[in-house]
Amino acid sequence: MAQEVRTVEQRTPSTTEDWDRRANRPVFVPPSDIYETKDSIVVLAEMPGVAPDAVDITLERRVLTIRGRSAASEHAGYQRVYNEYADGDYERVFTLSENIDRDRIEATLKEGVLHLVLPKAETAKARKIELKAS
Amino acid sequence: MALSEFPRLGFDPFIELRRMQSEMNRLYSGVGATTARDFPPINIWLGENSVVLTAELSGVSRDDVTMSLQEDVLTLEGKREPKLKQENVNWQRRERAYGTFSRAVQLPFRADADTVQARFNNGILEIELQRLEADRPKKIEIRAV
Repeated sequence: MAQEVRTVEQRTPSTTEDWDRRANRPVFVPPSDIYETKDSIVVLAEMPGVAPDAVDITLERRVLTIRGRSAASEHAGYQRVYNEYADGDYERVFTLSENIDRDRIEATLKEGVLHLVLPKAETAKARKIELKAS
Repeated sequence: MALSEFPRLGFDPFIELRRMQSEMNRLYSGVGATTARDFPPINIWLGENSVVLTAELSGVSRDDVTMSLQEDVLTLEGKREPKLKQENVNWQRRERAYGTFSRAVQLPFRADADTVQARFNNGILEIELQRLEADRPKKIEIRAV
């Protein structure tokens, strides 16, 4: 009777296994915005605490994988007294519906948000089809 | 739910009610966990005479946050706005929250407003506050008679 329902919450630990992860670090699913314009797909993923050199983005066929490692927030001489968020890594996998022009992908990380612009390949763009006069 | 408590009747009049109850429980099981979170989430680190407060504020620029300190209450206010370059976009996924936020945090002691240091680092705001000089514990020497 009881049906198992899989809910994806913002802070659900990810379960992909093939990543060498540090012991006892949770892996979070970064909340993301995705929108499509005429010629590109833009992904915005929230990864607070991740430095630009700790991000790993791969696109294999149509599977886009985003990974980020946040720097450990240790404060020497200080004791942690209150905790609302945990340090951890971020990982998320998207399947894209369009063909992407791999050579023109742009990725920037600003204020803890990954900004990924994936330009659509020429073949995937909408094209107007002219009717031939018979 | 196959086991009925009414075997003699041949049917269970409450079976539908019980099914509804478990359905409702399932629906509301995740509600409290997601709505009760304050924004921004903070961590607090305590030193001997200072406190460090870190807040997850990704996508918020330095100019969009204001901090104020009154006695031992630190207030963080600001806004997060979608920074879209184009209009007429086709949204496929919207999970990030936008809008204004305000959060007051009570510190374990009164802090000195002149020595507050704040840094923004990869979407994490770090604020270091020092305890007021007058409030620091003083060592009292016992004089020999």
